[in-house]
Amino acid sequence: MNAPLIDRYPLAFKLYPYARSADQDVATPARHPVVIVGGGPVGLAAALDLGLRGQPVVVLDDHEGVGQGSRAICFAKRTLEIAHRLGAGADMLAKGVVWQKGRVFHDRDEIFDFDLLPEAGHRCPAFINLQQPHFERFLHEAIERANADGAQIDVRGKNRVDAMQADHTGALLDVMTPEGGYQIHADWLIACDGARSPVRDMMGLGFEGRVFEDNFLIADVKMTADFPTERWFWFEPWFKSGSSALLHKQPDDIWRIDFQLGWDIDREKELKPENVRARVDAMLGADVKYELDWCSIYTFQCRRMEKFRHGRVLFVGDSAHQVSPFGARGANSGVQDADNLAWKLDMVLRGQAPESLMDTYCQERVAAAEENILNSTRATDFLTPKSSVSKAFRDAVLSLAQDFEFARSLINSGRLSVPCVYDAHALNGEDALAGPARTRPGAPCPDAPLGNGFLLDQLGPDFTILSIGAGLEGTCDVAGQILRVVAVTEDEAKGPIAERYLGDAASAVYLIRPDQHVVGRWPSADVAKIAVALDRATGRVAHAA
Amino acid sequence: MPLNTKANLGDADGFYESLVGAHDGLTAAQSEALNARLILLLANHIGDLAVLRDAITKARQNIPK
Repeated sequence: MNAPLIDRYPLAFKLYPYARSADQDVATPARHPVVIVGGGPVGLAAALDLGLRGQPVVVLDDHEGVGQGSRAICFAKRTLEIAHRLGAGADMLAKGVVWQKGRVFHDRDEIFDFDLLPEAGHRCPAFINLQQPHFERFLHEAIERANADGAQIDVRGKNRVDAMQADHTGALLDVMTPEGGYQIHADWLIACDGARSPVRDMMGLGFEGRVFEDNFLIADVKMTADFPTERWFWFEPWFKSGSSALLHKQPDDIWRIDFQLGWDIDREKELKPENVRARVDAMLGADVKYELDWCSIYTFQCRRMEKFRHGRVLFVGDSAHQVSPFGARGANSGVQDADNLAWKLDMVLRGQAPESLMDTYCQERVAAAEENILNSTRATDFLTPKSSVSKAFRDAVLSLAQDFEFARSLINSGRLSVPCVYDAHALNGEDALAGPARTRPGAPCPDAPLGNGFLLDQLGPDFTILSIGAGLEGTCDVAGQILRVVAVTEDEAKGPIAERYLGDAASAVYLIRPDQHVVGRWPSADVAKIAVALDRATGRVAHAA
Repeated sequence: MPLNTKANLGDADGFYESLVGAHDGLTAAQSEALNARLILLLANHIGDLAVLRDAITKARQNIPK
């Protein structure tokens, strides 16, 4: 292509200005174990995770930082837990707006309200609202801290991949910079380059799914208002600014307002400030003072690639799957992809697991993507009925909901992101404990208070054994591999941790993956059984049929 | 429990009269709304998704052309 490098969008934060790399001055292309294309939230999370595990990582981004616009604003508990493990969570929690309550209105009437997390004993809240540029900035700051401690994460701004050749040894990339092109070789290439993924296009891979014929206008407005910190959603709002509307609080007195505009619209006209203001004025009242901070119109699709692994090229986040925004399942699922991928690729690169372990990245995250697409498609069909009978049922639900409790459960303004349970997947081990369903093999570990902190903080980045009243402590030699034990004594085994991990059992031993999903669980410590489960969870021994 | 397709209405004629009579004086759109509300109320009462799916399948079969 060799087109000049021109910014496609203005930056909110210039985080990684272009700097000449030594790779640009060598005769033969430099070889890197991992190259990540795209420095968005997913690419930065993957880079940070791999870098903290000691892998040298190169990140190529065609800009020099984060684009403007709040975009993905809702970050879910699981994402925050991952960010916490990566050293970026505390900043996000400090800056983000915590919310857990929502209200749904039809016309003028409140028809439904919800509370996402009545359960106590978690470090992270159900959700925070945080502008995407801040989310990315905090990840990048954590990368800089990690590099100061010896990590080798090289984020290269204004480095655009223009061509690539992939084979079984990885991929050779043609990279364009302001000072001309160069080539590098990636043993593994991770494509985090978004829904319009150039890497996917260069490889000629498909991205099939459903297009939804609707447009949504985002208006971020700055105002000091005394609305509560809740998600407010209107179907057919009385103020007529859209066929639905959403109001949500962000940090710094910014409020996200979404209006559903319909299919046949004139984008340029709708984005004119006076037309945006007319809709906002109708909603807030003409006497409310505010500034327009950012506006955008989006359409959406629900689709995914058939496979997320193509040899040594791995697709992660929006490049692999795209959902409607209802349910906050885009950026959240992308960060969870990175969480699933990083430990596996690290083990493969160290020779501790076979390359086939990367197939389980594809299997597990395709399952998660299917779940997200299903939920997001259902929400979209409720919000944008595609036929007159679909609209009749939707309206019937809304009208019944005012009088009858049952109909409120049918109202779908987005089923909010929760992590996927990898039920019946190849890496899962034995479930020999009559324990709670929520901590079965494949499930992400729920947090619980432990000592002066929280359980998840103690699980660490490697395979870990959780022993609850089962006598293990310190470390455990599992067929030559030394695993750390998080020991919960019988005296400590009460309250949330007992409810979540013991149920009616008297004691338990859990084997937990580096991404904090449960491998297997047993009523007592049997190292031989843990060894079998560990071999399976690292792909060294295939699942017995 | 499978979908019961044997006669189960205590007063079949009385039910039919009430069902049709409920639509008296309604426009086609209002009738569609009434039917949708009625289906949702009854579906919730039945509750069992397997039974409901069976009913949806049987209702969908042999739709007149």
